[in-house]
Parts: sequence; C-alpha cells; structure tokens
Amino acid sequence: MNGYMGKVLRVNLTDRTIKVEPLDLEVAQKYLGARGLGVKIMMDEVPANVDPLSEENKFIIATGALTGAPVPTSGRYMVITKSPLTGTIAIANSGGYWGANFKATGHDAIIFEGRGDKPVYLYIEDDNVEIKDASHLWGMTSSEVTEALEKEHEKAKVLCIGPAGEMLSPMAAVMNDIDRAAGRGGVGAVMGSKNLKAVVVKGTKKVSLFDEERTKKVSQEKIKILREDPVAGGGLPSYGSAVLVNIINESGVLPVRNFQQSYTEKADLISGETMTEKHLVRKNPCYRCPIACGRIVKLADGTIVGGPEYETVWSFGADCDVYDYDAINEANMLCNEYGLDTISAGATIAAAMELYEKGYIKDEDIEADGLSLKWGDAEAVVGWTKKMGLREGFGDKLAEGSYRLAESYGVPEISMSVKKQELPAYDPRGVQGHGITYAVNNRGGCHIKGYMISPEILGYPEKLDRFSLEGKAAYAKIFHDLTAVIDSIGLCVFSTFGLNLPDYVDMYNAVCGDIYNDETLLEAGERIWNLEKLFNLREGIDSTHDKLPRRLVEEPVANGPSKGHVHHLNELLPEYYSVRGWDEEGIPTEETLERLGLEEYKKYLVLSNK
Amino acid sequence: MIEVEVRLFAYFREGRGKKQLMKFQEGTTISQVIEALDIDEKEVSIALVNGMDGSLDREIKDGDIIALFPPVGGG
Ligand code: SF4
Repeated sequence: MNGYMGKVLRVNLTDRTIKVEPLDLEVAQKYLGARGLGVKIMMDEVPANVDPLSEENKFIIATGALTGAPVPTSGRYMVITKSPLTGTIAIANSGGYWGANFKATGHDAIIFEGRGDKPVYLYIEDDNVEIKDASHLWGMTSSEVTEALEKEHEKAKVLCIGPAGEMLSPMAAVMNDIDRAAGRGGVGAVMGSKNLKAVVVKGTKKVSLFDEERTKKVSQEKIKILREDPVAGGGLPSYGSAVLVNIINESGVLPVRNFQQSYTEKADLISGETMTEKHLVRKNPCYRCPIACGRIVKLADGTIVGGPEYETVWSFGADCDVYDYDAINEANMLCNEYGLDTISAGATIAAAMELYEKGYIKDEDIEADGLSLKWGDAEAVVGWTKKMGLREGFGDKLAEGSYRLAESYGVPEISMSVKKQELPAYDPRGVQGHGITYAVNNRGGCHIKGYMISPEILGYPEKLDRFSLEGKAAYAKIFHDLTAVIDSIGLCVFSTFGLNLPDYVDMYNAVCGDIYNDETLLEAGERIWNLEKLFNLREGIDSTHDKLPRRLVEEPVANGPSKGHVHHLNELLPEYYSVRGWDEEGIPTEETLERLGLEEYKKYLVLSNK
Repeated sequence: MIEVEVRLFAYFREGRGKKQLMKFQEGTTISQVIEALDIDEKEVSIALVNGMDGSLDREIKDGDIIALFPPVGGG
C-alpha cells in the first residue's frame, strides 16, 4: 500500500484486547486519512448522543497518507472524538515528532474503545503492542511523564495527557513531545475518561512510496517554494507565529479585555519582534519542517521551555490586558505541563475578569485563592492557570471553560465562544469573512480550519477588502475544504504560506499513486466537511448553533481602526449555505450528498430535519 | 509641512527603529515615504494608513499613522 501502512489498531480498554485490522484502502483514499478517516470511523461506529466522557465514546488517533513520508511538514497527526466541550465532532491536530514515529510502527490509526479500570498506557514497538500499567504515572505533568517513559523505553516518543485531562477538564489537550498539543475541543478529557495516560511509540518502518524518484523531486520543489516564500521562509521562522501581534493590532482586530476593545497601544510589548529580541533561545521545528515556526524561550527564572504561539500570546496577554512576556511564557509552560488548551484557558480567565468587573464574580468567591481577577494582573493570570490545571479552589470552576462559567452566573453571552468553544485572537467585526469560519466551523469557535485572515489581512494568496461581504462566503468555503484536505493528508496548514492546491495534489499523487487532480482533491475536502456536518446534525447541533456571541453582531467595535463596525453574520450565512449546496436551514441537500459520494448518510438528513 | 508617525515592523526595524515622527511636504505619497525610509517598495507587503489598507500612491495627511510590514503570517 503506497502512502498508507495498511493497518489499524483497535484497542479495547475495558476488556484489554488489542486487534490489528486491515485498513480499507478504498475508504482511506476516499477520505484521505487522518481527519477524514477519523470522522468516518466516528460516524460509522459511534451512535448518536453518547456522553463524550463515557465508555461509549471512541478516541481515535489517525495519521494521513503523507504523515512520515519524505515531504515537507509531514509530522502531523490528528485526534478525532466527540468533544466534551462542544458536543460536536472534535478534530484536533498536532505536529512535533510523535505522529511520524507512530506511523513508523506500521499503523495508520488507533481506535480506543471502552475505559481502563485503572490507569494504563499503550506501548507500540512496531508489531509489538501492549497495554501497560500507568498507576505510577497518574498525576504527572507532561514533562514528568515523558521523562519517565523515555527512561523506560529508550528513544521512544510520548503522547500523553497532564492532570487537566485526568481531571476531565473540557479544555484539556492531548500533548506530545512535551510541548506540542492537539489542543482544542477537550480531547485530553476523553483520553482521561478512558484512564489512558499515554501512548508511547517506537517504529522502524518506512512509508512505501508510489514513485520514489518523483516524490524526491516533488518534495525538493516544494521545500524550495517554502524556503523562498517571504512568510514561510522569512517572517515565520524569524519571529514565530507571534509575528502576527502587530499586524492584527494595527488593523484593529486584536481583541482586548474579552473583546471589549480591538486595539491596544501596548501590543508591541507582546509581539513576535519583542519575543525574538528578549526571550527567544532558538527555533524548534517539527518533523521534516523547513519552516520551523516553533519557539524555545527562556523563562524569568532561566528555565528553557517551549515558547508560546500567537494565539497564546494573545489569550493570556491582550485578552486579559496583560503585557508581561515572562507571565505569558510561564502560563504557556503551565498549559503544556498540565495539558490545557492555551486559547480556551486564557480566554476563560479573560471572561472571568469581565464577570468580576461586572460584579457577577464577587471578592468572596475568590478570596481563599489569594488571586485577583483584575484586568492586567499578570501574576494572577499565571496563578489561575495553575489552579485551572489542578482544579484547585475557584480554578475548578474556570476549568469548565468560559461558557459554563458565564452560564452559571446567568450571562452566557459574556463567554466569547461559538458552540461553547472559546474564540481565538481575531475580532471578526474587522474581518467579515473570518467570522464565517467562527460561526460555521464544525468543531466550534476556531480560526485554523479556514483561515480567512490570510486573504483579508495578510494578502495570501491575494488581498481582499476585510470589511466587504462580497464573495466572502464562497472564499471561506474553499478555505474550509482546502484545510480539510491538508489536515487529512497529514501536513501542516502553515505550509499554505507558499503552497497551493496543485502542490498538495503533486505530493499526494507522488506518494500514493495518481489518484487525485485539483478538482477531485478539493472535493474530498468538501466531502470531509459535509460528513462532519452530518455528525453534528445527528447530535442535534444544527444551524441554530451557527451563531456569534451577541457582542460581535450587535455592539460596534469601541476603539481602533475597526471602530464602529459589527459583524454581518446574518447576511453572510445564507450565502455560505447556498455555496455549500445546503438548504436555507443549513442542512446538506440530498443532491449534495450524492455528488460527494455520501449517499449512505442520507438517513441522517431525515433525522435532523426533525 | 505635515507630520506623520511611521511605524515599522519585523525586519524593517533593523537599523531604522520601531517608530518615528517624520515631516513631509503636502501631497507626499506612501511610496515617497517608503523611499525616504530607504526601504525597497517591493518588500512592502502591507501599508496601513490609520489601520486601513490601500494603494501606495495615496497622499498622506497631517497626523496620519503609517504602518509598514514586510510579508508576515502565522495563525
Ligand atoms: S510550520 Fe510550525 S507548526 Fe507547522 S510543521 Fe513547521 S514547525 Fe511545526
């Protein structure tokens, strides 16, 4: 089998059985792998309405056909499950080295079922697969458990959860290589609910290639494009993803104080330029990545750790009105150690600060913790992150995420979230197309599954007027489908700063065989997006959930260059549904499912149509 | 004469600083500001005037804030 390894592991943690099943190549090619394959398995094997933290939910780790192959940015894997945060499909992606090493054991995916009666970890060394006791590892942070397991299994790579996942926080991440995260949707809590602490891999197998010579040639060509691209080969490696802080702020799109403001004069204190000048130790690339956007930074006490991404710099920084890099670096390190999603964690503290400002959270609620919830209190942001990770004191409530927190005070609208997942670092009132992605994303509020900031602010692949509504729905749809492709073949979305659809076709075909062209590959992405939509509809999550927080559609931006604007979601959504081939209620039509080869799922249209 | 604030980002800062007040004749365009800063216009990916995008032949006005970026990206 070219590209794919041909084997799927099915691990039942309740009866401690391990089965090796053949990969259905036809299905794998139709859904590409990783994200697409995982969603397909969830749809076919998990019935509707299971409790995400129960034995009935499945926890899938899947690689793409290009994961581990000799092409650029091929270190990615995907976690797919039902999200305890949103109740939607969860699709979380991560880089580092674990994914490629897992695939080198000769497997494409693992399906975890059931629940261990005590803590366990899975050890995979090529064909040798064992469920092992993890009682001694329970309670450990990411670096502790990784060190312990690396000592036990030399040269192995470790994927794990931290205490936040063990304690079922719906913002818990799955961590790998200590500081890389499949962050969003609370996937770490699903792993924790199964009593699964870690997956340790050591592999010696190679991905077999359809055409070795061609793969080499195509790969060199793409590496050259990425190296010569001014972003992928310049801005990103030089300054990390936090290079965005200044451009997003200067455009009046940087949310400050839980989206109460959209611009700050202090942004440069937390910019990528400042990180590079004062805190950067070195770059930290993922497997086979010529871009190397990852950062290694020095904390105030001299400790060397993984550095923050743009989103993290914002969530613990501007969103909490904090401009102290040492505090942000420390909060980021704590999230990696406890296994927390940095966007949700920081944004939840910001929401708590607004709840405090407005008098919902009272001094007596947080007195015992000895920490304030005042805007700009950098020390408190670090303190709350720790308490959230360990569910201590008021941190226990914060660990449930901003939506459940705000809802408990009767004001869910203070949570800047979509489908209960915290929004990331761009105010959509100043980037109309990007707001579509927030509203319709199948995994809830998220930027990365259709990054409209690229055309609307950064000028990639072309520059669009960020306030205009025209053509934005169709543009967003293409971005959504293209991202589904990249996630599913096993590459990093940052490669789009340089590469385009034909480049991904070149790489997939060189590795797997001449299967796709531009049109059909993008259509595979569309198929995956629609299948995710069907999963959500089956869960009763329909278009009434495609909403932005009230603040963003009703309150005009208060300051900065986007002042006076609101987001026009109501005008954009009908067009989006229409370019998708969905009806006015945002439900795929039968013809659309037929066109995409999803006929077998038509029955869910009946269910979801009420 | 008019006075504007010029803000520079990423490697445009090297040897030029982060921000400066600069004086120009009425009718000066962004292109001419870029030239005065000794930046190669081809390297300017985004030029914002008071946070808004537009062409490089726009004329600047007294009190404008001009932000110049080489290509940047992330996510
Ligand atoms: S671009 Fe960054 S996140 Fe993506 S693979 Fe490279 S180092 Fe990892």
